[in-house]
Amino acid sequence: MSQLICENLTIGYDSKVIVKDLNFCVNQGDYLCIVGENGSGKTTLMRTILRLLKPMEGTILTGDGLLPDEIGYLPQQTEVQKDFPASVYEIVLSGCQSRCGKRPFYNREEKLLAEQNMKKMGISEIKKQCYRELSGGQQQRVLLARALCATQKMLLLDEPVSGLDPSVTQEMYSLIKDLNDEGITIIMISHDISSALEYATHILHIGKSIFFGKKEQYKKEFL
Amino acid sequence: MINTLIHYFSFPFVRYAFIVGVLISLCSSLLGVTLVLKRFSFIGDGLSHVAFGGICIAAVLNLSNNMFLVLPLTVLSAILLLRTGQNAKIKGDASIALISVSSLAIGYLLMNIFSKSSNLTGDVCTTLFGSTSILTLKKSEVWLCVILSVCVIVAFILFYNKIFAVTFDQNFAQAIGTHASIYNLVIAIIIAIIIVLAMNLVGSLLISALVIFPALSAMRLFKSFKTVTICSSVISVVCSVSGLLISILAGTPVGSTIVAVNLFIFILFCIIGKFKTR
Repeated sequence: MSQLICENLTIGYDSKVIVKDLNFCVNQGDYLCIVGENGSGKTTLMRTILRLLKPMEGTILTGDGLLPDEIGYLPQQTEVQKDFPASVYEIVLSGCQSRCGKRPFYNREEKLLAEQNMKKMGISEIKKQCYRELSGGQQQRVLLARALCATQKMLLLDEPVSGLDPSVTQEMYSLIKDLNDEGITIIMISHDISSALEYATHILHIGKSIFFGKKEQYKKEFL
Repeated sequence: MINTLIHYFSFPFVRYAFIVGVLISLCSSLLGVTLVLKRFSFIGDGLSHVAFGGICIAAVLNLSNNMFLVLPLTVLSAILLLRTGQNAKIKGDASIALISVSSLAIGYLLMNIFSKSSNLTGDVCTTLFGSTSILTLKKSEVWLCVILSVCVIVAFILFYNKIFAVTFDQNFAQAIGTHASIYNLVIAIIIAIIIVLAMNLVGSLLISALVIFPALSAMRLFKSFKTVTICSSVISVVCSVSGLLISILAGTPVGSTIVAVNLFIFILFCIIGKFKTR
């Protein structure tokens, strides 16, 4: 069974339809890239999958042991975060929020998980530093570590490499690839079609024409 | 000087003023960091004007204890403001200005039409600048203040991690199943309570200072959410106590003295921060 199934999905907001009749499914271990022009509804789709927006029509089902709030999310940087006084550790730990539930404080297990994920992302040495003073690549690693605290199953990445310089971009891609090799399902919004084609297993193209399928097929039809 | 102070402290109303001052400044600084970061620095100002309007209505209605009218009214406005802040047609800052100015105007209008007081301007000035109210507290008001402050502090500690998550990244928090809207509601209620309390101390015009100055000062020097929060509460208490002392000794108005001390500390921290980063 698939981890995520979208059936006849129509998305949009303020009663404005952006994409109609989307059908796709994501299996465990897939690496799906969502591509499309600016304004084609990529971010809206992601927000709908995360249940921040309601689908206008159709359904989103999760299965294969994946609960709806077990989807980790790597958002684009917001204005607030640019001058937020928070240490790396505090931010990574906040990813454990859903495990924490109604409990007011984090327990030892969750703190350990945060430590492990910081180690995995290679940011243990900077855990006491202030988030706003880090480089773009380091900031993305922090947010990735936080997302990993929230899930071991599926990650949604919203343009994870925008604003990073080329070498850091490559690093970021291989980091994501490593996570995918460990069995974490990746769904990524990307502008960069060539990298998308290099790493992804599946492509979802939205816009004037809609395509969903394996990347080999996408290459044949679109390129 | 010590003798003068001992003399003053023999009066219960001075002791009340200090108890209330410390508690209010502690509470108001706690949420300051969140509000500054959420770009809601002016909510204190807006809500305090709502509270002013509430006080005016209570005065016109001849209510003996105006808390019962002012508190619900302010809480309601806080919820409205923080709710609509996210996706309203009228954006956050504009809606704050809208509510703040209208309640100020209506409050003053009502006072003018219905008030039987001979010294109207004096009454309004007192409410706006809180010039004497902290020194005229009754025992029951002190108790109310103590109870509400304890509630605020306990709520803040219990919700600390959630407030952090929701402030830093609301979308992420919501996506992993935190009920962001509930915590925004909690933040709104807490801030409304703080503002109604703080009106006693500095009056409704200067409340923003009490909320945002300690947070801004702390953010010059400290870099994690926890240290900023702790530092801002320390700064806030120190400023209020020294402001109260100065105002008693020098006979200056309480509210504006406290704000002036806060401003001084802010400038000091700015300078230290500049040197530290070099």
